[in-house]
Amino acid sequence: MAENTTTLAAVASEEDAAGQENFDRLIAEDSRIEPRDWMPPAYRKSLTRQVSQHAHSEIIGMQPEANWITRAPSLKRKAILMAKVQDEAGHGLYLYSAAETLGTPRDVLNDQLLQGKAKYSSIFNYPARTWADMGAIGWLVDGAAICNQVPLCRASYGPYGRAMVRICKEESFHQRQGWEILYSLSHGTPEQKQMAQDAVNRFYGPALQMFGPPDEDSPNSKQSMAWKVKRFSNDELRQRFVDMIVPQAEALGLTLPDPDLKWNEERGHYDFGELDWDEFMSVIKGGGPMNVQRMARRVQAHEDGAWVREAAAAYARRQAEQNQPAKTQLIGA
Amino acid sequence: MSFATNDSATKQSAGVAITAEEIAESGSTASEAVANYAVQLGDDALMLGQRLSWWISRAPELEEDIALGNIALDLVGHARFFLTYAGTAWGKTEDQLAYLRDEEEFRSARLVEAENGDFAKTIARQLYYSFYSYELYTRLVDSKDETLSAIANKALKEVLYHQDHAAVWLNRLGLGTEESARRMQAGLDELWPYVGELFYDDENTAELAGQGIAVLPSSLEEPTLERITRAITEAGLEVPTSPTARGLDRSGATSEWRGYILAEMQVLARRYPEAQW
Amino acid sequence: MTENTSTSNAWPLWEVFVRASRGLSHVHAGSLHAPDATMALRNARDLYTRRNEGTSVWVVPAEAIAASDPDSKGGFFESAQGKSYRHATYYQQSEGVPHL
Repeated sequence: MAENTTTLAAVASEEDAAGQENFDRLIAEDSRIEPRDWMPPAYRKSLTRQVSQHAHSEIIGMQPEANWITRAPSLKRKAILMAKVQDEAGHGLYLYSAAETLGTPRDVLNDQLLQGKAKYSSIFNYPARTWADMGAIGWLVDGAAICNQVPLCRASYGPYGRAMVRICKEESFHQRQGWEILYSLSHGTPEQKQMAQDAVNRFYGPALQMFGPPDEDSPNSKQSMAWKVKRFSNDELRQRFVDMIVPQAEALGLTLPDPDLKWNEERGHYDFGELDWDEFMSVIKGGGPMNVQRMARRVQAHEDGAWVREAAAAYARRQAEQNQPAKTQLIGA
Repeated sequence: MSFATNDSATKQSAGVAITAEEIAESGSTASEAVANYAVQLGDDALMLGQRLSWWISRAPELEEDIALGNIALDLVGHARFFLTYAGTAWGKTEDQLAYLRDEEEFRSARLVEAENGDFAKTIARQLYYSFYSYELYTRLVDSKDETLSAIANKALKEVLYHQDHAAVWLNRLGLGTEESARRMQAGLDELWPYVGELFYDDENTAELAGQGIAVLPSSLEEPTLERITRAITEAGLEVPTSPTARGLDRSGATSEWRGYILAEMQVLARRYPEAQW
Repeated sequence: MTENTSTSNAWPLWEVFVRASRGLSHVHAGSLHAPDATMALRNARDLYTRRNEGTSVWVVPAEAIAASDPDSKGGFFESAQGKSYRHATYYQQSEGVPHL
């Protein structure tokens, strides 16, 4: 992916050379790159892809949980879940905002998603079959996401970092509510506990894979780290996550489905087993259980909404022609 | 994990407002009659919240996912207040009332049970219900029942926004494109027959209204319809003239929708009726 | 870059500014899309004040913002550098004198 920045600089104009110099200095100083700064085309391209994929993941990620809003087993849980899925739409929007500052409008990014040209996190291509999956998604999937995102708060691209700060603050409730769902289940009836264990069994592996392939198979990571977008390698973050969730699982009274999971005194970390990377690649390539359904639902929402968006745009044009002022008061108030 | 060094531009807080938990712990106990009234108000909010929540992840634009989500959350909140309070009469929790009552025991109006349809129909339902509930809560704040008054006070402020949301969209769809006007008119027409039920004076409510506890539903008809009429006319659309659908007692005897909603909503709670979640 | 062009029905971009509480300035919170200012205000309320973050919201069409050029070789902001006499801390002799 990343074009070699030094080569680019070598053929660039004087202006670009000065820009590159300034860019390199800001990165070296651990300062931030802001939208109107000169930046290497490869940096812009790579960030646009990363931030928009992140946004797409939030939007597609709404679906597995939205499925359970109407069936949540208590009104309190229903309200919490609604607030959470709604937050995910918000997070998608914060991230699209950040991506747009790099020069690609949101509807273009959205088209890339709808046409299958853009990726999103493959964890969302697994089904959420039971209520316990709401717990496992919150605890493990949001937990892994937070692990990934906290260092991104310091990403060198200012708007991305700022979006991540807001998102991390909001997501801390997501992980906790997930853990508490599982806690209630694991301290409930035997059927409930079984439901919780089953969900953890299914989401553990895919959650660990959310950090991306092992470092030796992740060629883009090095450039991303040089640009100070990424601060830690995939494997470092994965290790950090495993170390975090083991005691959390113990507190839940649930086990993690990994026979190789054990404390390594020497390393000061938990060892864990090899993940199924063939499965990971196959899901990324579209072979996950839910890839088709997730995309179909997104496409349908977009298509069903077309006449609404058109109507609002037409109304806005007419109002503008007539110089109608904005309604700042609530109508009917 | 701290990101305190990199603070976001705005600060968050939980704010102060009445909660279902506070109502449960307040020690105020509803009488049987008040509880039946509260169930009616709570069921309306619950059914509409349940229906609206379907839109989250399916709205015409992402900003609208959030807007509809906020409204649905408010409504589920209102349902929790009313059902929690109602439950004090029978020693039941909000969840026992929401999840373990049968179809015949619910007291929701058909308007809020209606299927979502397209976005225009959902907006039509929002228009009718939010304008009605605004008039209702404006008066219920003066209820002699302190808890009902406190709930109405919180709900009123939220419903103000629901009303605005419906009116803003009514204008855009009514005066947007030919297609949006056609769909908006169809949505208004389709739900109009169920508006009348909101203004039906059942015996219990009428009695409580006489005591200054409830709001007499029929007293809301004129102010609600007057404002709805104005809103529809301003949006360049026609106020429907079709007759009110028969069966106004909220008993469920004339609703086919209620069963489907409950089948979905209650499925898990019914499967494990003893479980805590 | 043709691939980067919006379609004509795409809602325009708005920048959102939120006042956290009375007495504070509005601060840039982010952006969103909306067909017009009326909707932009509502969307901003829904998106940026779900957790009580604000008591007032501004929305501004993104295209209405004129921004200084970061590449003006420092010329834009250099003048303010090094003029320490604009700051109270520059004046040392008055240190310790009451109310000064």
